[in-house]
Amino acid sequence: MALRTPITKRFISSSHASRSISSWWKHVDPAPKDPILGVTEAFLADPHPDKVNVGVGAYRDDNGKPVVLDCVREAERRIAGNLNMEYLPMGGSNKMVEETLKLAYGDDSDLIKDKRIAAIQALSGTGACRIFADFQKRFSPDSQIYIPVPTWSNHHNIWRDANVPQRTFHYYHPESKGLDFAALMDDVKNAPNGSFFLLHACAHNPTGVDPTVEQWKEISYQFKVKGHFAFFDMAYQGFASGDPERDAKSIRIFLEDGHLIGCSQSYAKNMGLYGQRVGCLSLVCEDEKQAVAVKSQLQQLARPMYSNPPVHGALIVSTILGDPDLKQLWLKEVKGMADRIIGMRTSLRENIEKLGSTLSWEHITNQIGMFCYSGMTPEQVDRLTKEFHIYMTRNGRISMAGVTSGNVEYLAKAIHEVTKAA
Amino acid sequence: MADHSSSVFSQIARAPEDPILGVTVAYNKDSDPSKLNLGVGAYRTEEGNPLVLNVVRQAEQKLVNDPSRVKEYLPIVGLADFNKGSAKLIFGADSPAIQENRVATVQCLSGTGSLRVGGEFLAKHYYEKTVYIPSPTWGNHPKIFTLAGLSVKTYRYYDPATRGLDFQGLLEDLGNAPTGAIVLLHACAHNPTGVDPTLDQWEQIRKLMRSKGLLPFFDSAYQGFASGSLDADAQSVRMFVADGGECFAAQSYAKNMGLYGERVGALSIVCKTADVASRVESQLKLVIRPMYSSPPLHGASIVATILKDSNLYNEWTVELKAMADRIISMRKQLLEALQARGTPGDWTHIIKQIGMFTFTGLNAEQVAFMTREHHIYMTSDGRISMAGLSSKTVPHLADAMHAAVTRVA
Repeated sequence: MALRTPITKRFISSSHASRSISSWWKHVDPAPKDPILGVTEAFLADPHPDKVNVGVGAYRDDNGKPVVLDCVREAERRIAGNLNMEYLPMGGSNKMVEETLKLAYGDDSDLIKDKRIAAIQALSGTGACRIFADFQKRFSPDSQIYIPVPTWSNHHNIWRDANVPQRTFHYYHPESKGLDFAALMDDVKNAPNGSFFLLHACAHNPTGVDPTVEQWKEISYQFKVKGHFAFFDMAYQGFASGDPERDAKSIRIFLEDGHLIGCSQSYAKNMGLYGQRVGCLSLVCEDEKQAVAVKSQLQQLARPMYSNPPVHGALIVSTILGDPDLKQLWLKEVKGMADRIIGMRTSLRENIEKLGSTLSWEHITNQIGMFCYSGMTPEQVDRLTKEFHIYMTRNGRISMAGVTSGNVEYLAKAIHEVTKAA
Repeated sequence: MADHSSSVFSQIARAPEDPILGVTVAYNKDSDPSKLNLGVGAYRTEEGNPLVLNVVRQAEQKLVNDPSRVKEYLPIVGLADFNKGSAKLIFGADSPAIQENRVATVQCLSGTGSLRVGGEFLAKHYYEKTVYIPSPTWGNHPKIFTLAGLSVKTYRYYDPATRGLDFQGLLEDLGNAPTGAIVLLHACAHNPTGVDPTLDQWEQIRKLMRSKGLLPFFDSAYQGFASGSLDADAQSVRMFVADGGECFAAQSYAKNMGLYGERVGALSIVCKTADVASRVESQLKLVIRPMYSSPPLHGASIVATILKDSNLYNEWTVELKAMADRIISMRKQLLEALQARGTPGDWTHIIKQIGMFTFTGLNAEQVAFMTREHHIYMTSDGRISMAGLSSKTVPHLADAMHAAVTRVA
């Protein structure tokens, strides 16, 4: 049977094709390195013996080594060899999601009892934020997202790729290295009614600056007045103060005030499951029926992205949280990590002050969580890297988790050196 | 005071069940002991159980017993050993594209994730925003590409009259596609039909596509699972790479390594030069970072452990062939059972089709009848997962099909 489309005229012999047709991708520019993850790449490439990595927010023990929690090792031992690897449902592991909601909303939460929360397992915090952003685009297509200044750089990427327009609101006050509360409240009041806001539940990244309980209450009240939607990114529950209940206070305040919030949770830091990509996205609804509908729509967004989420990390979480002894062990280990970081804050501040710095360094101990927003300029950071082989992001953010009793003096010396008056 | 008590999402309607995953949901609700799940394509043993491969268990033990293993973030592009091993697996270790560093490979979340990342990359960087998908295809394909930002058209593929390939229709439709259009190709074991082009037909498809500058995007979800041979099942892809041209390949380890829920896969983009491949890789990172930052560690570690160890690798090929052989045997048994019952019609397509699925040719009413009366769960397009059958359950299925064909129009 003859082909209807004569291809012989335009046919180029296969060996010819490779020489004469050029790449479709010649025009593709090399992408800029990720400002955060690129730091670790540079650190790894540096052969200097005294190099220090205070870039990416991954916990290190006092020897500067990554940590796998004991509760995690035990959970893995129980899991290995015992279970199959069948697909999870699109919404992920129900058991893991149930336990995760208890952490954010409270063990005795009525919202959980009344099944008013639409929730799915997500690919850590990033994945939870992205599915929410896609959901926001689809179901509130005219909305924008208000993002604090500064924020984790990837937040901007996430909402941009979801095609949700972004606006910013005041957050960090450079002069005091604390919260610019007045400007924040102004922005909340001036935003159109019913605006969508991204809030860091605790341990703000990158500044470590959190509102006080009183300030959270005022923010919640103003949100009620304006009918704003609050989306909480909670990546550090337990990791900030050492107490997960305390770290969820901001969320509980909003829930008490009746807000129907959204929430992203991550186990990357507080359970040390970084590479496993385990998290949860939840949305509080008016009733069970609405929660079922919303969950089904969240699944519709997950299906064309990855079909269903990875099972292994979820199993670790549900094994730990579902066993009272393992859960107790976890709580102890989380507190241990938080305490070490709080100890390093004190130590770093004392060391810099000991060197006679005339600047104020109290923000190091005022700020909370994994990061310290040092106030150093990009140029000072560049000097730290070039002269002292200290790696951090150029916004002056120090990952306190990378500070150890072994390197804190060296770090203090270097910081003093680049910040003292000429 | 603005009304804060009503939800911003109160107008949202409940989404319909996913047509494929919804089958298992319905199956789970059925209490009849004879129920049979031939819906989702997950392998089952003769006893009807899920299977974790021995090599996977061994790899798992190695990992859990290694105290030096940590859970740090993988790089955005994933585990390097996994990426290298995956590219070798699909393109062949001696592939010139690999030798010349012209392949950008990134670890993704199984086949779905690889297709989505590839699709988003294309929507950002490629001048042609239309992707041609075969008719029919896996139900999730159009959704993936649409959400990635591409527009979707179809090309003829399945011929219901012969229950085989509509080759002329395929050539015609690809011939009429605009220059540079993206074309989704199932590397082997077409889902849902099980109908694959012959090598000769692949060669003709290749020539046509290269002459029109059409961009091939392979979905390889069944390498090794179709014929039992990893190399044979990669022939279509390797043919395209051998001519020096560019292409995309999405790989999944869900079926061929039984790693379903671990979500392990890879996207490879074969480029003209190493420099282009390097720039392409850097841009792929910008697609991945706002989606999930970096891929999950566990499954890729298992795969890398197996691919790097020649004993484990060889054992894997043996286990893989056993799975493929069991499915081929189920095909034979089902055909024989239908012939023994004198079921009207020509059922030889059951053994001509390849891979996990058989496109029976049953219509939606017949399928609904089989579910209602015989507790057989399958997708309404008539697709059955052969992996869900066993020697014990073939008679039940044959009875149900016979009844459907003879009693339902």
